[in-house]
Amino acid sequence: MPEALAKETVLAPVDILLVGVGGQGTILATKVLARAARAAGYDIKVSEIHGMAQRGGSVVTQVRLGEKVHSPLVEAADVIVAFEQLEGLRWLSGLKPGGVMIVNSQIIFPVPVLAGAAQYPADIPDLLARRAPGTVVLDALQTALQCGNAKAANVVLLGALARRLPIPAELWADALAAVVPARFLAVNRAAFQAGYNK
Amino acid sequence: MTVELLTGNEAIARGAWENGVTVGVGYPGTPSTEILENFARYEGIHAEWAPNEKVALEVGIGASLAGARVLVAMKHVGVNVAADPLMTAAYTGVNGGLVLVSADDPGMHSSQNEQDNRFFARFARIPMLEPADSAEARDMAGLALEISEQFDLPVMLRTTTRVAHSWSFVQLRERVPAVLKEYRKDPQKWLMVPAYGRLRRRALQERLEKMQAYAENTPVNRILPGNGDVGVITSGISYQYVQEVLPGAPVLKLGLTFPLPAGLIRRFAAGVKRILVVEELDPYLEEYIRGLGLSVAGKEFFPASGEFNPALVRRGFAAAGVIAPAAPVTQTAGAPEEALPAAPGRPPVLCPGCPHRGVFYTLHKLKLLVTGDIGCYTLGGLPPLAGMDSCVCMGASIGMAHGAEMADEQRRGRTVAVIGDSTFLHSGITGLLNMVYNGGNGVVLILDNRTTAMTGHQDHPATGKNLMGQPAPAVDLEMLVRALGVGRVAVVDPLDLAAVTETINTELAAAGPSVIIARRPCALLKKESRPPVQVDTAVCTGCKSCLQLSCPAIAVAGKTAAVDPVACTGCGLCVQVCKFGALKTRPEGGEADA
Repeated sequence: MPEALAKETVLAPVDILLVGVGGQGTILATKVLARAARAAGYDIKVSEIHGMAQRGGSVVTQVRLGEKVHSPLVEAADVIVAFEQLEGLRWLSGLKPGGVMIVNSQIIFPVPVLAGAAQYPADIPDLLARRAPGTVVLDALQTALQCGNAKAANVVLLGALARRLPIPAELWADALAAVVPARFLAVNRAAFQAGYNK
Repeated sequence: MTVELLTGNEAIARGAWENGVTVGVGYPGTPSTEILENFARYEGIHAEWAPNEKVALEVGIGASLAGARVLVAMKHVGVNVAADPLMTAAYTGVNGGLVLVSADDPGMHSSQNEQDNRFFARFARIPMLEPADSAEARDMAGLALEISEQFDLPVMLRTTTRVAHSWSFVQLRERVPAVLKEYRKDPQKWLMVPAYGRLRRRALQERLEKMQAYAENTPVNRILPGNGDVGVITSGISYQYVQEVLPGAPVLKLGLTFPLPAGLIRRFAAGVKRILVVEELDPYLEEYIRGLGLSVAGKEFFPASGEFNPALVRRGFAAAGVIAPAAPVTQTAGAPEEALPAAPGRPPVLCPGCPHRGVFYTLHKLKLLVTGDIGCYTLGGLPPLAGMDSCVCMGASIGMAHGAEMADEQRRGRTVAVIGDSTFLHSGITGLLNMVYNGGNGVVLILDNRTTAMTGHQDHPATGKNLMGQPAPAVDLEMLVRALGVGRVAVVDPLDLAAVTETINTELAAAGPSVIIARRPCALLKKESRPPVQVDTAVCTGCKSCLQLSCPAIAVAGKTAAVDPVACTGCGLCVQVCKFGALKTRPEGGEADA
């Protein structure tokens, strides 16, 4: 864990990147995160991308927490949550030295790989772990399935992120309940907890 | 009052509503779309999608004439379409306040160019405000309406992607009561014949001179005192990056960027030894400041194209010698740096089950000249589909196809224009009319997926619903194109490859212009629960023909094809493409999904 995060000073600035593939649910995770961070007293800025990139392309949501945040764009991230392996590799250079990389072991082949025009790099999680010792690898898809719904993989990752942020657990529970529709709440609570325990 | 975390677009909608706007109009376009989507949710307003931005602005001018406060919203290139009414609306001025939002897209996240629309304000001679976050976006929506009414001018509110799609806190306010101002007949103001136009041109100059004095004193143009000899002049999102990288430096933050405050700029310049301008895209501020005879630098250190970010701004200040260069970053201090494998790109692709896929697969096979247009389907131009030659602007496909045929006889019968339903209604109709009128022979494929898909599924005049969620008359595309004089109109299911191929070949061979409507709802809009395709691995030869479809649900893993059962929608295109019958559609109601 980076030193900045380990400190109990509640409003230590934290820069987070949520990276993945269009359609993986990064925005819902961001909404919960923003709500919890707000309850903890943070100033917040979030930047996301709409439009063409969302059609199965690489997507990144940038979240900045602090006493007072100016830029909505992250310069170097304290934490990267990679919803897909390759996206973790793609954004690794955006991680601060000593930063935390939370990576979902899920693989989604990009079309150039499917078409045989490019190679999907092997052993990305190991590589990330060697490069960034604060790497946490989890199989969010499998964990979400065990909780009852594959679509909750994003919330599993959110749980893993929550554990590593200086925001009290009860604020996360409230935020989740406020953002997730009531009929999916039980599954998402389980998914969050499973991620939190990783 | 409540504080909410809003995007810039939500904040603009809120600001318009709080300030008594009763009419909102626009055409969807990233990064502007959510402004009207959010505005439409408020009570006591009328919101609509116009078929294009020109109509949108004209509706706005009419509503202003009738006395309402108006919000008109579009992306940067939309202002090109709306430029005709805009140029003259500056002459007529307004009755009710009129704010025109231009959402620019530096870096072209979802656009065909990154034109700097600040020049439009200068060109039309209308005031322009540039917010730096959501709170300012909300405030400036209100300020724009005030300025509009006070100076009798339409006002541009110019955002960029990182303002439009970033979230920050906004303290909500109550709505001021909407007032419908009285309209009095005044031909010298509203009827722009040359004699009155000349009067209004002079009046425009007078209004601008008053505006100039306002610009010197408005609190949105302000000097933030600081330490050091280097003063920074900036506006919009760039201001945030400057605050991040150079905290405590003297800054002139410009919120009103047309007309610019010459006096304030000189005062700021007098207090520092060196001026740097930090602005995305063109040297709009820099050239003005240099024109005042002041020594200034900007584009020498901060690029004139692409989007800024804090790291880029840091590099710019380092190059200018203002700060020390940043040390190179390594992830693991001390540990040996292992070479990273290249991360293959992940370009956006047509979704599994997308009805556009089969059309581009076919067009590629037929080796035609395909002039394309703006929408999700532009992705059909990328390999391996590679079924499109060009994409220039909304509606260009039809005019370009006609032009190509007129230039080269060999192109007759070998050229196809491809355009979406929303884009056709936006600005394709006139192109088709021209093709008919001028003896064209082209084939126009209207990809009718029953929505404006790329921007997030907005309704349009052929969907049967409007922005307020009410039922609306749906234009009949077949009847419309027949009325334009197109004699040959065919409708095909784009998921039936044989029918698509046959129809295109028939229409290419036929004399006179033809329209083929490839009709099937967007796969994201209408979730059909067809079982996923199965691979008979005993039959699959691993020939990879199916990969030519560029479907994210198909891979060739090892020696045979593999279909992702979660992603696959069972559209059946790959089943038609497989020469060996290795890909099979399961009958509906068959065994449950794995």
